[in-house]
Amino acid sequence: MTRPNRAGLALATVLLAGTGLLVQAGLRDTLSYYRTPAELAADPDAGAGRTRLSGVVVPGSIRHDRGQTVFRLAADGHEITVRQQGVPPETFRAGQDAVVEGVLGPDGVFRSDQVLVRHDNEYRPAGATSPGTAR
Amino acid sequence: MLLVLLRFNSLTVRHSGIIVGVGPAQSGSGAVRTADTDDRPGVARTPRAGDRRAAADRRSLGWLAGGLATAAAAAGLLIAPPDAVQGDAQRLMYLHVPAAWTAYLAFAAVLASSLGYLATRDPCWDRRARVAAELGVGLTTLTIALGALWGRAVWGAWWAWDPRLVSTVLLLLAYAGYLAARRVLGEGRGVPATHRVGGPAAVVGVAGFALVPLVHFSVVWWRSLHQPATILAPDRPPIDPLMAAALLLSLAAFTTTATWLFLRRLAALEPTPGGSVPTAAPNPVETR
Repeated sequence: MTRPNRAGLALATVLLAGTGLLVQAGLRDTLSYYRTPAELAADPDAGAGRTRLSGVVVPGSIRHDRGQTVFRLAADGHEITVRQQGVPPETFRAGQDAVVEGVLGPDGVFRSDQVLVRHDNEYRPAGATSPGTAR
Repeated sequence: MLLVLLRFNSLTVRHSGIIVGVGPAQSGSGAVRTADTDDRPGVARTPRAGDRRAAADRRSLGWLAGGLATAAAAAGLLIAPPDAVQGDAQRLMYLHVPAAWTAYLAFAAVLASSLGYLATRDPCWDRRARVAAELGVGLTTLTIALGALWGRAVWGAWWAWDPRLVSTVLLLLAYAGYLAARRVLGEGRGVPATHRVGGPAAVVGVAGFALVPLVHFSVVWWRSLHQPATILAPDRPPIDPLMAAALLLSLAAFTTTATWLFLRRLAALEPTPGGSVPTAAPNPVETR
């Protein structure tokens, strides 16, 4: 009785395929978007592949070394040194949360090629209180 | 959702004095009937949606939306201070958050209208569900686009494989699929196909809403790059009062504008008095 129109069917197929791809590709890493320094330190397989690490950028730990940015990420009393290839985003600063993506080396240094700056859900004008120290 | 539906109800109730006797008029005018044509009198048209008073109310709502949008723009761009950490990029919040909120609202309206359709089989509910889904898809797209801009400015990336971002794209795909399915089932091809489309569409419209809490709580349930809610958080984190005022004003502007668009589109989709369903969206004449 219904003759489904061809463009509509094609569109529905593309959308279904898109959904399938997203679910397949996305959910693998998505549901645990990052790991903490403690989890990486405790995991013997941590150096096996690319992963994401999140923590607070330790104040005073940022230095620049041969085109790389070196800093430490800390959470729950554990710290991991990160060597970042390239320049982090402008919003990157000590005391802020960051997520780095890369591989943990055998020397315990995390070699990252992408820094994402996390920001919290608190909003205040400049100069109200010292930002970053709240957490 | 509530606001949209309440607003709609208030309009229909206020104009209940004028009766549009569609059922008998239809059969009398000799309109071509198919098995899909709804035969019950008075249910094919949204009661009183096309009369002048309703059109005037829609125009007033449009002006209110315009006024609120102007006030929100002034508050968001000029009055609210820039954020200490994020700078001026944080002002994207005044668009991104209301767009996401209004999209939730639109999908809640799809849910309510779909339930209404399943309960009554009244094509009016089916049209409401369709219009709400169209709005929701547009607003979700807007949310993702604005979020990409904000993410680039603050996180340093347009996109991340983060639970909030991925689930929002799934939400968009689900409702885009809903609209596509409606087309495939035969909507808008000149044949009144409400009952062929309405039933399956309503089931999808109800089921699809399950994604909304998934999107909203994704930042709580899983580890996320995305920050959690501020205004809707149980223990409200600190937000500067001027920023909060700009955000609330913008939320009001978005909600009102979406309601206005909803009512306009609904009026444009009304079947013509002759009994035929418009093949595509007719140009919404200004007086409607």
